[in-house]
Amino acid sequence: MTLSYSKLQRKMLMTVLAWIVAFLIFFPVFWMILTSFKSETEAISRVPHLFFSATLDGYRAVQEQANYLHFAWNSLVVSLGSTVLALVFAIPSAYSMAFSPTRRTRGTLLWMLSTKMMPPVGALVSVYLIFRDAGLLDTKTGLLIVDALANLPIIVWMLYTYFKEVPREVLEAARMDGAGPLREIYNLLLPLSMPGIVSTSLLAVILAWNEAFWSLTLTTSKAAPLAAFIASFSSPEGLFYAKLSAASTMAIAPILLLGWASQKQLVRGLTFGAVK
Amino acid sequence: MSAVLCGALCHAQTTLTIATVNNGDMIVMQRLSKQFEQQHPDIHLDWVVLEENILRQKTTTDAATHGGQYDVVTIGPLEAPIWGRRGWLLPLQTRLSQSYDLNDVLKPIRDGASDSGNLYAVPFYAESSLTYYRKDLFAAAGLTMPAQPTYDDIARFAKALNNPAKDIYGVCLRGKPGWGENMAFITTMANTFGGRWFDAAWKPQFNSPQWRHAVQFYVDLLHKYGPPGSSSSGFNENLTLFENGRCGMWIDATVAASALSNANQSKVANTVGFAPAPVAVTPHGAQWLWFWALAVPASSKHADAAVKFVEWATSKQYIQLVAQADGWASVPPGTRHSTYEQPLYLASASFATLTYQSIMAADPLHPTREPVPYTGVQLVVIPAFPTIGNQVGQLLAAALVGNITVDQALEQAQYATERVEKRMEVGH
Repeated sequence: MTLSYSKLQRKMLMTVLAWIVAFLIFFPVFWMILTSFKSETEAISRVPHLFFSATLDGYRAVQEQANYLHFAWNSLVVSLGSTVLALVFAIPSAYSMAFSPTRRTRGTLLWMLSTKMMPPVGALVSVYLIFRDAGLLDTKTGLLIVDALANLPIIVWMLYTYFKEVPREVLEAARMDGAGPLREIYNLLLPLSMPGIVSTSLLAVILAWNEAFWSLTLTTSKAAPLAAFIASFSSPEGLFYAKLSAASTMAIAPILLLGWASQKQLVRGLTFGAVK
Repeated sequence: MSAVLCGALCHAQTTLTIATVNNGDMIVMQRLSKQFEQQHPDIHLDWVVLEENILRQKTTTDAATHGGQYDVVTIGPLEAPIWGRRGWLLPLQTRLSQSYDLNDVLKPIRDGASDSGNLYAVPFYAESSLTYYRKDLFAAAGLTMPAQPTYDDIARFAKALNNPAKDIYGVCLRGKPGWGENMAFITTMANTFGGRWFDAAWKPQFNSPQWRHAVQFYVDLLHKYGPPGSSSSGFNENLTLFENGRCGMWIDATVAASALSNANQSKVANTVGFAPAPVAVTPHGAQWLWFWALAVPASSKHADAAVKFVEWATSKQYIQLVAQADGWASVPPGTRHSTYEQPLYLASASFATLTYQSIMAADPLHPTREPVPYTGVQLVVIPAFPTIGNQVGQLLAAALVGNITVDQALEQAQYATERVEKRMEVGH
């Protein structure tokens, strides 16, 4: 009885803790959405108000000033395109490293990950010059390539982890039946690790959607994604918090809905192989 | 055949990509630019509106690498002479038409946008600084704002007006760290207290008694009579505080004057008074000079069309157009003598004459009492300035919060500036 009571207590404590953590994580998003319905004066008020008379002025101003659908379309094309492109390279890479490792595989994986540790601004001028000479500035293709390359290390790492969970014997059996590497990947590896691939893809889409540095630097108007849309509503002179919040809410809404709709898949994929 | 070819080619459109900031005057320009497109059916305008720091980063990268992404860029007094000297911008004085009347543009601004006699940008709007005060509170306290206040006057008035019990504070000043935030104001204070950023040999001067006096005065003023949380207040926050009647006085950009006088957004529109920026021991550099100007990058593929647009957006005719569309109070201020000769403008903007006088009094070529090797009033026109200015701004904000003393802040500012100077070869 005492044991079950303490178990119950621990469960309650964990539940409360989980709610607190969830609240802390979600609070900035919640406050941003709330601010988007405030007037500019209310938004900058020194005493923050939870209850206020809501207005759509922020959204109206954003709609008048910029073409949301143009930016959203660019974000959609770039994030989906970069994910597909990255998967095309990451799947064979992760396959070879998971099933035909060499003594340099681990080092290669760590080196790939280490490229994420470099501040992107360090490569800014060289990337900009390459893009200029290749005619890729302000193109969706250019941004898509950069996003794919930026996310490639994480995607390879995740896929490598998932592929390692697939029993080697299954692939060996297929090989004995005469399957080549492409057939192994297509007919066995992909179906067996589909939850992992889907969650990796979702994560890659989210990362590409939220990417700001290259999006802001390499595009001007034609290929500018939602990161540029948000950046146009901040101002050094004049009030802008409500408009900026409205623009940010509009920018994150699609990805927030995607994350919400696919959270089951996402969690399943991320915890794939975590407990044996 | 030629008619068919002309049909295809004569109507081919040139697309100009214009990078600008998200300020009210620029939004009006974007809206009214449809008229330019109607007058020039062969030119289409593509707008890139961005936050100031992002815009600066993007346009700097593009100009430096000759990327050719922008045909018109919006820049300030920090970029115009440096970029021009480096050949990143087209000189404009020979490209502008006779009817543009360049001599009508205020001289301090032309000086600030030039290098070695070449004009690299033309101003869209310009600003200096003013002292804003509450006439009703002054009257109630039996105070009179002099024609030219001093910082001692400001301290005396702030003490008399300060009433935290009623949520009214003697004086509001910028405290948010940044080279364009607290350092813009503090540099004008240091200038008028007799200080300077560098001596003639490019040695930083933060360890001088003038800087110490100015910064101690600033910190004491805000500690005793400033609103809580001043260290996070920039232009926008103080504007809101003043509009809501929380500040007895506020020393900041002239561009705030129209917002404070607008009864639709300001609760103190009927009681706001204007005076020049305060002085201490010298009038040199007491009021700042800032402008947003339009320039054409040397890498623009449509330079002729770009110059046409720049000329249109900064012309007398454009100012008339804004006046017709939105009223005289909304015209971009501070750029042309002719604007200040318009009786309708002077009648609609009671602060106009004072703004004009403040801009004309600012001298970016001789900003301090002692001679200096740099130009710029509230900024030092060198590429390293944003780095140095932001670091010093952080240290002075820390002194304002009380994390370090004023002496410690200035000592560290001296050391940090010397280090950056060495690294970025300032003065060489």
